[in-house]
Amino acid sequence: MTKVRIFVTYKQSVFDPQGETITEAVHSLGHNEVKEIKVGKFFDVTIDSREKEVGESVKEISEQLLVNFNLETYRYEIMEED
Amino acid sequence: MKIAVIVFPGSNCDIDLYEALHTVCDADVEYVSYKQDNLDGFDAVMLPGGFSYGDYLRCGAIARFSPIMPAVIEFAKNGKPVFGTCNGFQILTEVGLLPGALKRNNSLKFVCKTVELTVENTNTPFTSLYKKGEKINLPIAHADGSYYADEELLAELEENGQVVFRYSKENPNGSLNDIAGITNKQGNVLGMMPHPERAVEMLLGNEDGLRVFKSLLEEGKVKG
Repeated sequence: MTKVRIFVTYKQSVFDPQGETITEAVHSLGHNEVKEIKVGKFFDVTIDSREKEVGESVKEISEQLLVNFNLETYRYEIMEED
Repeated sequence: MKIAVIVFPGSNCDIDLYEALHTVCDADVEYVSYKQDNLDGFDAVMLPGGFSYGDYLRCGAIARFSPIMPAVIEFAKNGKPVFGTCNGFQILTEVGLLPGALKRNNSLKFVCKTVELTVENTNTPFTSLYKKGEKINLPIAHADGSYYADEELLAELEENGQVVFRYSKENPNGSLNDIAGITNKQGNVLGMMPHPERAVEMLLGNEDGLRVFKSLLEEGKVKG
């Protein structure tokens, strides 16, 4: 089994109102070193790599469902492999 | 003309749509469950507002997997009229029948109020009884109604006259180009965030939405 984490975030060109609000809140705590915060989401997915190559599986589920390509983009990391 | 109102788990404006058509317009309308898989005998399809599948993942994203959706897609591809309001609009973008996407309001708040709109295109099955440039007032009630399309797509929508309704006095959600409703390129699929079905008789305080349904019924008469 392979555990992967798929990160989905807004494309750089898309306004992220949550990220902006959190950035303002962080500034009000005095953290002026923080220049930008972007909010996204992640999916922890366990894949049986004997049934399908992991990269191919991630690409397919991301493109078919997890990501709306009008707004979002994604990347993934392999968390655990055995 | 026989009209289908699709009912998804989590729809909550299906009765409003049905009553606007049945009680107010005396139209032939039927509820169609998301579990059905065909739309034989129907001449128009309406997707209601609400929170289909709990808005899980993204608003409208899971409704795509309902058994009825392949029939809705085929219906739209055959050039027949398809209308979606609010969650219905979100579903139409998620299934790819309408371009672009709807995202969280810039204010991050659920906005429930009446807003002024400009009718930009009257050459659709749903707006033929309005006047181009007319100002109307309709209720909105959504948290995820901020229309987004990239620059190229926005320019294309404007050039093709696919923007049908635009917020005129204030932009309540951050929609690009103040977009409140669009059609597909062919013009037979309309999605809009405002709720015309909640403004169909003076008892409700407003009847500016009535002509969306009357326009469709007129279209039905012309086409037989």
